[in-house]
Order: sequence, then structure tokens, then C-alpha cells
Amino acid sequence: MLKKLTLAAMLSLSVATGALAAGERSGGTLVFTAPYGSSFATLDVQASPNTQEEFITQAIHRGLYSWNSIENKPVLELADSEDVSEDGTVHTYHLRKNAVFHNGKPLTADDFIYSYKRIANPKNAFPGASFIAVIKGADEFIAGKADEISGLKKIDDNTLEITYTGPINPGFPLMQNTTVIYPSNVEDESSFAKNPIGLGAFVFKEHVPGSQVVVEKFDKYYEEGKPYLDRINIVLMAEDAARDVAFRNKEIDVSILGPTQYQAYQGEEGLKDHLLEVAEVYTRNIGFNPAFEPFKDKRVRQAINYAINAPLIIERLVKNKAYPASGWLPLSSPAFDKDKAAYAFDPEKAKALLAEAGYADGFEFEVTASPNESWGVPIVEAILPMLKKVGITVKPKPVESSALGDAVTSNTFQAFIWSNLSGPDPLNALRCFHSKTQQSACNHTSYASPEFDKLYEAAQQERDPAKQNDLLRQANNIVQDDAPVWFFNYNKAVMAYQPWIHGLVPNATELAVQPYDEIWIDETAPARQ
Amino acid sequence: MLRFTLRRILQIIPTVVVVALLIFVIFSVVPGTFAASLFADGKRAADPQMIARLIEEFGLNKPLMERFVTYVTDLAQFDLGTSFRTRQPVIDLINDRMWASLKLAIAAMVFALAVGVPLGFLAAMRPGSILDTVTMIGAVSGLSMPQFWLGLLAMYLFALQLNWLPSFGYGNGSFQNLILPAVTLGVTPLALLARTTRAGVLDVLNADFIRTAHSKGMSEIKVVRWHVARNALVLIVTTVGLQFGSLIGQAVVIEKLFAWPGIGSLLVDSVAIRDIPVVQGTILVIVLWFLVINTAVDLIYAAIDPRIKQE
Repeated sequence: MLKKLTLAAMLSLSVATGALAAGERSGGTLVFTAPYGSSFATLDVQASPNTQEEFITQAIHRGLYSWNSIENKPVLELADSEDVSEDGTVHTYHLRKNAVFHNGKPLTADDFIYSYKRIANPKNAFPGASFIAVIKGADEFIAGKADEISGLKKIDDNTLEITYTGPINPGFPLMQNTTVIYPSNVEDESSFAKNPIGLGAFVFKEHVPGSQVVVEKFDKYYEEGKPYLDRINIVLMAEDAARDVAFRNKEIDVSILGPTQYQAYQGEEGLKDHLLEVAEVYTRNIGFNPAFEPFKDKRVRQAINYAINAPLIIERLVKNKAYPASGWLPLSSPAFDKDKAAYAFDPEKAKALLAEAGYADGFEFEVTASPNESWGVPIVEAILPMLKKVGITVKPKPVESSALGDAVTSNTFQAFIWSNLSGPDPLNALRCFHSKTQQSACNHTSYASPEFDKLYEAAQQERDPAKQNDLLRQANNIVQDDAPVWFFNYNKAVMAYQPWIHGLVPNATELAVQPYDEIWIDETAPARQ
Repeated sequence: MLRFTLRRILQIIPTVVVVALLIFVIFSVVPGTFAASLFADGKRAADPQMIARLIEEFGLNKPLMERFVTYVTDLAQFDLGTSFRTRQPVIDLINDRMWASLKLAIAAMVFALAVGVPLGFLAAMRPGSILDTVTMIGAVSGLSMPQFWLGLLAMYLFALQLNWLPSFGYGNGSFQNLILPAVTLGVTPLALLARTTRAGVLDVLNADFIRTAHSKGMSEIKVVRWHVARNALVLIVTTVGLQFGSLIGQAVVIEKLFAWPGIGSLLVDSVAIRDIPVVQGTILVIVLWFLVINTAVDLIYAAIDPRIKQE
């Protein structure tokens, strides 16, 4: 089953790669939708951790690294090459010489130092500070104990040396929305929130608050021949139903689909052939609090995993817009173990485990849940009868999304249902099960396993990616066996696109975020293009 | 008249103070925080250090009473505070959205008035006629239909099937983009206006002074113009005032559906992420709008019907 799913995920990768075939055509306007809210919080993307602002970032900004959806890994973006020291901590970057900001300033090492200091500045309280913390001396700077980040060193205008706190892959933290590079010659920093200036393929043109952001082709973009598009209208459309009408009416070029629309589009000629699917790096789960007596016992947690028919819920409720989860790391993770079987639906085994653990008569627990249709109250209601059959009574405790985070990070829950980041970096994803990670950070289930810690810490020190992945694979399997959560599913993101759109990629980190400089529109597009 | 006007305007102040107090108390006790909302979608791990920095920056670690005093002091100086999310002054965010909201509310009200009042009037003049029956069935349907569903129907018909109008967006303020959201929003007040106009006119038509006017030999047109219309106007103005005042609040659903950049969608987004200064500011503006319209209606009453001024 898992092999089949992995194959399906790979297939979707190759299908989308096919969309990058030759024949690119320049010109036209792309109408792209930003579906995660009805406004942009700010145009100063360094200040915002939201997915919504990533649409702006993709068009206007660039970071030292970027995510390559085809290779499924971070790659160098603003440097042509890098030299790495023997111990893996010092990276010397040879910066792009042809990269120019939209205000005409050529990219230099000063811009990196300025940007990273701005992000880490304790007065700003920016969300990207935790990513900059991988640079040596950043922690002192963030705490206000140093004026400079000691790990940042300008060799010359085109050469930057960064010393990291360990032999990490800096691509993951430095490819983020919140760690993009701004020009160092702008005096009024507050202007970034109104008039963003970046190195990206598109120049900011207009922001109509609550409606759209318009960007236009940057003629001095460093990638020769790109971008293909003249203009992008990034329109805010939070309502699924409204997006559906606009997409069918050809007013928008792409639309992110929910479970119901996914099912409908699959059955319609003209729509079903233009769906881009990818297994995203989020694991939907029910986390168990070990402070609640029954959840102290591994057998109880395993019993819950055996007692729930996850594939049935995925089929009926989630309309197959998800892949059943076998463990924490998702299908697209390099450390995913395709040979490790998921918990089978086996109520008898669940009953036996509960009896062994002294809960033959069952028990009752509460699941804190948001209203989310794919990982909220509806799912808790679906597992309710399944767990009842093995003697466990579940009570949903509905809360708003923003209150869910509070309940979980303050450890005031018996169990919670959530969708959590589990990639793309397996080392970072499994950090949430390291006993040294704070409960309020992401070790929500207060997981502590000496065996896991040993493997994880060895992986932290390992520089060979294959060996590191092998260690992480073993660590992930320990988590699966210990079942600190009910492993529900990995999100399958689905994007519908118009037939004239090309160059979309199966971005496993967030399908809605696309590399605009790769996208082009063919001659079959309507006149508005 | 001046004393009456001043009294009505001064009555707004205590109402605003009570509302401000209520908003502050409610959003101080509801669960959920802005910092936690940043991680609510599970797309990133919570960063306890950043949460601590944000709490300090926004002064959320200060005692409730101290925060309330700051809030009231700022409010007295017309300072609505700074948004947690955008870090811009709340007044700027509301300014950016207010015109779109007003435009939508005014357009919806103009549509409701232009269609609802004549229909109600005509229905009352010919009670029991086909026009009367059709108008009242339409009015009941308009009142009972959920706006979200009506909006989707309008999108489906006028955008997708007939291709006459765009289905969403502000379109740089073009009239074409305004039509669907305004008509959808205007249907409820239209239905209410048609019904109240009909009821008001029927009421007046049965009054003694109308019989007297007719018996004095006054023409039908003059009776309607000088007696019926003027007396029915009080009820119509009341309905218009109440509906117009609450339209900005009602527009939340329509703004979300049609991706219209008004303060309704700003409010919903801000509640969801607990951007409290924006929530407080937006609700205050909506309440203030309601109060101003209400006061204006009271003043118009006095102009239409001198008996109200005397009372």
C-alpha cells in the first residue's frame, strides 16, 4: 500500500515536471489566488510568518536559498557556489554578481548582514529570528547581548562567510519567507511595509488592501530570459465556493481545492485533466498528553491507532484528499521508510492491548479540536463510534483555531487534533520528539525516549546525507512504535489550473506557493491574458 | 431644534464608552492569543522566545487594569492603537477599507430604496392585486434567503452563465464589480422596505384625515402626494435608518464571498487571529456608524414630523 502511495506521489511529481516542457511563451497576465484569508497582513514579508504573504515573497523577493520542488530540496539561490569547511560549520558564499534590487542597488554581502540583523533584532520580534539563530552569535544578538552577529563576515562585496552553530543544512532555515534579503540602502525601514523592494522576478506595482497585489516583470532579473509573464494579479479569495465560480468562469488561473471540490472536479470533463496533486509535508494527528493517566501507557496509545479505521475516514470524509499516515515523517521526506507498515485497522488487537494495560473496561477522554473540516471536530466525530467499539469514550472539545494553539502550547489538554509540519527537513521535523525540545515549542506530547534521543543526536552530527537520513528513519520508526499520537494522514494538496497555464510545480512544502518566474501562458488563453 | 440636535449628538458619547468597555472586557477574556494564532495552522512550530517577545512588545504582560487605562486614554485622543499583525496604526487600516465598505453599503441602500419603496407603494395602492401578491411573495423570499446562498446564485447566473459581470473582486473600484455584491446585500433591506412601505401606506390610507381629504374633493394625486406619502415617510425613514446603520455589519458575509475589501472582512480576519486593537477599532467604527445614522434619522424625523420634536 505504502509503495503504491509513494509511487503515486512520484507520479504526480513527474506529471507536473512535464508541464515544464519547452515552448515557453512570453507575455500575459497571470491571475493567481491567495486563498488563506481576505487580506495580506503586511508587504514587509520578513515580519510575517503567514503562508498568505509567501505569495508576495515568491514574486518580489529572494533568499540565500530557495526550495527546488523537482529535486525536493533547498538549493542555492543568491550565490553561484559555496565552499564548506571540513567540519561543515563555515560556508563561504560566492554571491551572484548579476543580481540587482528593484531600486537599482546591486546585491552585496552587506545586504545579507543588514537583512539577517534586521530579522534577528530583538526590538523587531520578527518570526524569522529563530531561523537566523542557526548562525553563530545570533542567539547573543537576539538576546540583546551583542551588537553584531559574530558568524556573519563580509570577505568582499561578492563574498560572504557564514559560520553556523553546527554542521547543519542551512538551506532549510535560510530559504524561508521570513529570511529573504532586503537592500541595505533604504533609510526608512517602515517603507518596506508599503513599497517592498526585492531581488525577485517581479516588481511591486500596487496593493489594494483586502483585494489584490499587482506585480510586473522586472527587466533586470538575474535569470536570463525570465520571467515569462508581464504581470501577476495576486487576488485574495478566501471562500472556496466563490473561487470555484471564478475558476469555472475563467477569471482566475489557479484554485486550491478543498475535499468536496476535489471530488467534484475529478468527475468533470475539462477539469479533471488539470489537477496538480502533491503529498504536502504536514501530518494530521491526535496528540496524547502523557500527563493524562491512560496515555502514560504505550499500549493504550497503540490501541487507539489500531482501533481507528483511518483509510475509511480519508475515503468518506476527506474525499481521498489525503494519504494515510504510517508514521510522523511524510511520503515526500527523504527519511520516510516505505517498508514500515502503518497500524492496521484491528479492533480485536486494540481490545487486547487495552486489557493488557488494565483498561479492559475502557476510559473516557477529551479531544481539543478546531472546526477544521480535515483535521478538526468532524474527524473526532468520525472516530467516536470506532473507539466506542473498543470501550473508549471520546468527547470533542471544540475551540477556535487560535485557541487550539494556546491550549496545546500551554499543555492544558488531554488530547488534541491538529495538522503539524513534518517536513521538508526531517531533522527539523523530528526535533519535535527530541526530549530537549520544549513542550511549548513543538514537543506537544512531551515525548521522551532515550533511544530516540541517541539516534536523533547522532543524526545531528552526521554530515553524510544518506547516513543522516538512515538514522532519522530509525528514529521515526521509534516514534511510530511509541505512538505518542494517532497517525491520521498526510495532506494531499490539490490545485486546479487552467489548460493554458504551464510551469506549475508540485511544491510539497506548500502547493499554493509557485515559482512565478517559471510560469508561462500559451496562446489558447482568453483575451484578458 | 438646536437643543434637540445637541442632545441627540451628546447621547452618542456614553453609548460609545459602554461599547468600548464591553469590547475590551470581552476580548480580554476570550480564549486564544495573537501569538498562538501565528502557529494555529500547524505550518510552523511555535517559537516560545518569539511569543515572549511579542507579548512584551504588545504590552500583553501588563495587568488588565493598566491595559484598560492605556486603551481608554488612547481612545480619548482618537488613537485606536497599532495592529498586532500589520504593525500599522489601526486607523490607517480602517481608512484603507472604509471607502469600499461605504460604497457597498450606499449602493445596496440606493438599490433597496429605488426598488423597494415604489414596489411597496404600488402594492399598497392596489391591495390584493397581482402586483401586490407578487411583491409580497418576493419580499418574504428576499427576507428569508441567506445572503451567502443568494450571492452564490447571483455569481452563478450573472457571471458564469450569462457572463455579464465579474464574479468577484474590487476591480479598481469599477461599477461592474460593485453590481453583484451591492444587489446581493441590498435584497434584505429591499424586501423589508417593500413590506414596511406597503404596511405604512395602507395604514395611512385608512386614516380619517385621508377620508376627509377625499371628501373635500382633493384629487387622488394630491392626496397621495401631500398626505399619504408624507405620513408614510416616517416609517420608511425608520426602516432605512435601521437597515443602513446595520448594513456595514451585515456586509461581512458579502465582502468575504465577493472578495470585497471592506472593513467587514477586516473584522472577521482580525477576530480569527485575535488582532485585538483592530477588532476593537473596527467594532467601534461600525457602532459609531450605526449611532450616527440613527441620530441622523431622529433629526430627519423631527424635520418630517414636527410632533416628534415637541415630544
